[in-house]
Amino acid sequence: MNAAIELQPLVALVGNPNCGKTALFNALTGSRQKVANYPGVTVEKKTGRLATPAGRAIEVLDLPGTYSLRARSPDEEITRDAVLGKLKAERAPDLVVCVADASNLRLALRLALELKHVGRPVVLALNMMDIATKRGIDIDMDRLASELRLPVVSSVAVRRGGTDALLAELDRNLERLPPAGEADWRPPDAGRLRGAQREADRILRAAMRMPGRRDGLTARADAILLHPMAGLVILLAILFVMFQAVFAWARPLMTLISDGFTWLGALMGSLPLPALLQSFLRDGVIAGVGSVIVFLPQIVILFFFILLLEDLGYMARAAFLMDKIMGGAGLHGRAFIPLLSSFACAIPGIMATRVIDDRRDRLTTILVAPLMTCSARIPVYTLIISAFIPDRNVWGAIGLQGLVMFGLYATGIVGALTVSFVMKRLFWRTTEGEPFMLELPDYKIPLAKSLALGVWARALAFLKRAGTTILSMMILIWLLASFPEAPAGAPGPAISYSLAAMIGHALEPITMPLGFNWQINVALIPGMAAREVAVGALGTIYSIDAGAGATEKIGQVLAAQWSLATALALLAWYVFAPQCASTLAVIRRETGGWKWMWTTFGYMLALAYAAALIVHQVAASFAAG
Amino acid sequence: MPDSTTITLGTLALGEAPVGFRGQIVAVRMNLEGAGLSGAELERRLLELGFVEGATVEVLHEGLFGGDPIAVRLADTTIALRRREATAVIVARDV
Repeated sequence: MNAAIELQPLVALVGNPNCGKTALFNALTGSRQKVANYPGVTVEKKTGRLATPAGRAIEVLDLPGTYSLRARSPDEEITRDAVLGKLKAERAPDLVVCVADASNLRLALRLALELKHVGRPVVLALNMMDIATKRGIDIDMDRLASELRLPVVSSVAVRRGGTDALLAELDRNLERLPPAGEADWRPPDAGRLRGAQREADRILRAAMRMPGRRDGLTARADAILLHPMAGLVILLAILFVMFQAVFAWARPLMTLISDGFTWLGALMGSLPLPALLQSFLRDGVIAGVGSVIVFLPQIVILFFFILLLEDLGYMARAAFLMDKIMGGAGLHGRAFIPLLSSFACAIPGIMATRVIDDRRDRLTTILVAPLMTCSARIPVYTLIISAFIPDRNVWGAIGLQGLVMFGLYATGIVGALTVSFVMKRLFWRTTEGEPFMLELPDYKIPLAKSLALGVWARALAFLKRAGTTILSMMILIWLLASFPEAPAGAPGPAISYSLAAMIGHALEPITMPLGFNWQINVALIPGMAAREVAVGALGTIYSIDAGAGATEKIGQVLAAQWSLATALALLAWYVFAPQCASTLAVIRRETGGWKWMWTTFGYMLALAYAAALIVHQVAASFAAG
Repeated sequence: MPDSTTITLGTLALGEAPVGFRGQIVAVRMNLEGAGLSGAELERRLLELGFVEGATVEVLHEGLFGGDPIAVRLADTTIALRRREATAVIVARDV
């Protein structure tokens, strides 16, 4: 019954970043959790269910980590509004659990003092108690409880039974819930923050004995990993392994998936269905979704590494090492990993921008991520380079074809840095971004279970998107390329009678200065589904049968039909053009609206047009002169 | 005032401290404009990360370019921040 579900007590987990809150959430709820987005914002909403020893069903809400309720990022606003019961999509919590890293209590205690003002019962859970004990930290829990005037329990998320004390305390508190008190929380000013931190420090001195030194392993590891030179070299080595894995390990699986979809398409072709329905299922649905799902192995591997580095505590170090380098272009240190991920595919890259707290820094990163040369551009680059760029060496040993490829990558990177630099000044009208201030947590051994749950949630989110937004885009593109149908017995490929071809012809006056003929315009339309589809589309338009050696034949035809200036202009176009419906769909989702999607589309289109125009005009005048 | 003179003599901004510096926070300034934030906002953010008068600090690491950013051991936590923002924190060297 709905009413019974409504009555389940809601417990909110609040804590500093890196306090092990998510591990505790996973230990409490196991696989009975779901990840969604809060409406209108891109903050992950994680809820789960559990049953206490007394048989009480509880709903648990895992809130984004924060140092204070004085929210500064969209994530922290969610946390503040959720505990204050001001969130429209969520009822007020009946109880707040303040999760604290037992070996790093100083900032957590100030947060606990602040949470006492939200008008709900608060329980302080000293998490990762095992690590604190191992480090020789001695906490007098009774003293802590009496000083804070809050119930205090210890928890060890990684151990069986490690959450028993917390569960018992939840039962005890939920047994006789007091009516919700008056929330007298106000954003603290500097004076109150100072006062609260001094009070926290006093309580800590009274209730805790600390060996007074850092975690030995973390100190030794940081001596190398944060070394100005060695640290950067190691970071690059880690990234090299990561991208090797994304490309090499994913390859067999991607081939398998792509073969699977080809087989499914062929199966569809053998079914006794009307030709139109068959084309819809085979070319629209199966080929369309298949061309996106083929990236799932890359996304899973990428997120495995990202979450592994995050759980290890290394991600904050990577941001530290890269901050100065990224900062020159107006990007945040944390933008580094998302932008690097975008070399595989902009979709996981944009999803990975969730590690950036500040909204403006995050938006800048999302907007420039599609300029990184993704793997889907490679087939197009390879086709045109091999058809138009002579295979010879320049300056001795450097291959000209490889040099052009490198130049295309470099243009994308320089373009991204320039755009973010300009955005910082034009859009945000500030020369300085958000301050770079973050905690470098002690290194921790990641939990296999937490890691698996994290990767699973990301994979599921990606598949869900492929099944909804991306699928509908694919169907739209198929419709454009298939209707109206070619008249019976008409010469030439069917696509040349379609709406796509009409659009291609209509666009000719606009693309003429770029040297694009209507065939290129048409190929760009299915290329919106996935960039590499343009290769196959060119084959269709120039009536080349698919099959072995097809790509080579397309290259020969193109070399005969296009001028070098046109080919170079198309390459320049491909570096910048917003040629990927899936990326645009992800931007819309991650930024919570159409505005930034259209901004991205608009600026990329303008850049692409300008770049192709300049390249074509310059190259054509060289050819003439 | 002889008292304040002795404090002032040994103090410097955390943003200027070299790696290996150990000391104690004597003041967190609110009049430093930095990083697109008002001085008061920067002060509050520093306080929220635990930069409070009396806390012990040690500069542990610095970046390759211009020695920026820095990693600071602040009581029992390690915080990374840019030297520019760290200038708002006034520290006295341990003797």
